Amino acid sequence: MPASLAISTLVGCSPSEPASAGDGGAKHGGRITIDGSSTVFVVTNQVAEGYMDAHPETTINLSFSGTGNGFQKFAAGDTDISNASRPIEDNEIAALLKAKIEFIEVPVCYDGLTVAVSKENTWVDHLTVVELKKMWEPSATGKVMKWSDIRPGWPDSQMHLYGPGTGSGTFDFFTKVIVGEEGASRTDYTPSEDDNQLVIGVADDQDALGYFGFAYYLENQDKLRAVPIDAGKGAGPVAPSPASIKDRTYAPLNRPEFIYVKKSALEKPFVKGFVDYYVSPEGQELIRESGYIPFDPAVYRTIAKHIASGKTGSLFSGQMGKPVEDVFK
Amino acid sequence: MPDFASSRISTARQAKDRIFRGLCYGAAALGVLLLVIVLWGAVREGFSALTPKFFRGYPTASVSRAGIMPALLGSLWIVLLTLAISLPVGIAAAVYLEEIARKTRLNAFIQANIANLAGVPSIIYGILGLAVFVRFFGFGNSIVAAACTMSLLVLPTVILTTQEALRTVPMAYREGSLACGATPWQTLLRMTLPCSSGPILTGVILAASRAIGETAPLLVVGALASTREVPHGIRDPYTVLPIQIFNWSGMPQHAWHVKAAGAIIVLLTMLLALNAVAIVLRNKATRI
Repeated sequence: MPASLAISTLVGCSPSEPASAGDGGAKHGGRITIDGSSTVFVVTNQVAEGYMDAHPETTINLSFSGTGNGFQKFAAGDTDISNASRPIEDNEIAALLKAKIEFIEVPVCYDGLTVAVSKENTWVDHLTVVELKKMWEPSATGKVMKWSDIRPGWPDSQMHLYGPGTGSGTFDFFTKVIVGEEGASRTDYTPSEDDNQLVIGVADDQDALGYFGFAYYLENQDKLRAVPIDAGKGAGPVAPSPASIKDRTYAPLNRPEFIYVKKSALEKPFVKGFVDYYVSPEGQELIRESGYIPFDPAVYRTIAKHIASGKTGSLFSGQMGKPVEDVFK
Repeated sequence: MPDFASSRISTARQAKDRIFRGLCYGAAALGVLLLVIVLWGAVREGFSALTPKFFRGYPTASVSRAGIMPALLGSLWIVLLTLAISLPVGIAAAVYLEEIARKTRLNAFIQANIANLAGVPSIIYGILGLAVFVRFFGFGNSIVAAACTMSLLVLPTVILTTQEALRTVPMAYREGSLACGATPWQTLLRMTLPCSSGPILTGVILAASRAIGETAPLLVVGALASTREVPHGIRDPYTVLPIQIFNWSGMPQHAWHVKAAGAIIVLLTMLLALNAVAIVLRNKATRI
């Protein structure tokens, strides 16, 4: 960095022409600005790296501020792509409509929310959705406190519960599919936005239980045990694994992750190139490397056609956890 | 302690004295001890990360290649720009309040508010910065938006410490200068400010340390989590070391935590170096 540059620019703090980061792409060769979910960040970052290695002239700048905040920035025109760990919601679509921003919805992979206990826990062989609901619903606060309250025969000791904070898309999803209402949760658990903290909390405590993304379980299998979940539909308890998440026998804590691409940005060749790369075989390999679960190649081919068609709007809005295969066969 | 303390009647008072002294030592040692623990933890875990590649690399997705160059330069840019904005404004404000302003109600009101601003949580400044600099002035997610936000954050500190510094200059110095025929402006420039430059530099240290270590406001005004861009100007997007540390320590794989620890070492070294420079300058200044 030349010294003259530092001096000349240090003085000029006055506002010059307004420019948003999102529009910057045209001026600076190829710059893509991405924000949104921290869960999807991990995947997109991996794919972005692969793309930039192949196309050094393109710069992809990533941040994460959560799915909801990401959509706000998307609507403000700050970003070209918004990462989302749940489908876009009606009010967010309305905000985009008002800002005259058209978007294309691209499902990118599956994540299996994992309910985990410590390796030292000997009694939790599986949990049914009904039991999970009993454990996590708002009315459990201060009442359902012991393991024996969940299933007779389990120890008469206090449960120590860990989960993500209310700002997280993971929290939204878990409460929706387990409790039945988005955001409805007991409040007397230990929340953390940092999944590593949840892992540490659960790992050494035989009375602890927590839920977080599958990738965090995958990295800590030596300390944690994933609890098989019984959806109560006759299939019996199923443990999360890449195979069971992909074929959706691991249910219902199995969700698709999305990116939302601004239509005007997708018209730029380097953005189109990146999004195409995301769903290409190379992209699928990078998704797998990041600890998330790719769909079947055939599904990606359909998604690629969907991108090429330029069809805007959401097919998943209001249907959290809807299988991607139902839409993109 | 003079000898009167050794008289026999006051052994109880002596004991109290010793206990108090012990507590004070303990309090002082606690700070040092905590610093040592933090440093030790970071060095033990992160030392292996400190390779030349680490300094030249970008915050990429593959842990083996990930480095801190954009974050390091981003941090430098923001600290320097923040000081360039906040020092002139802060010192001028302090000079006004201390040397020029009369004791009116309005000035007392301003004074009280500056003191209050020093206690406002940094995230609030972030939200203000997002509304004013990023959106209203249209700076976008740029270095200049971040530096302006950080300047707001450190301004109260700069103003308050500069005011304290000006108060340490005896009135007689100013009166002497004026009596010799200097104008108030000359008095300020050649007498009052040079005499108080030592303690003012303490304020600069505090401001720089805060600007280099803050994370929360920059998360709000749009620091990047991952980029291959090195900032070249004040309109460029950026990331900074604390953000890098925050991101890496949140990753599932342990290898990232090593990188985070490495970045912590770099950040602490930068901070200590900045402080060392300011302390040397301060010692020089106080000798005058």
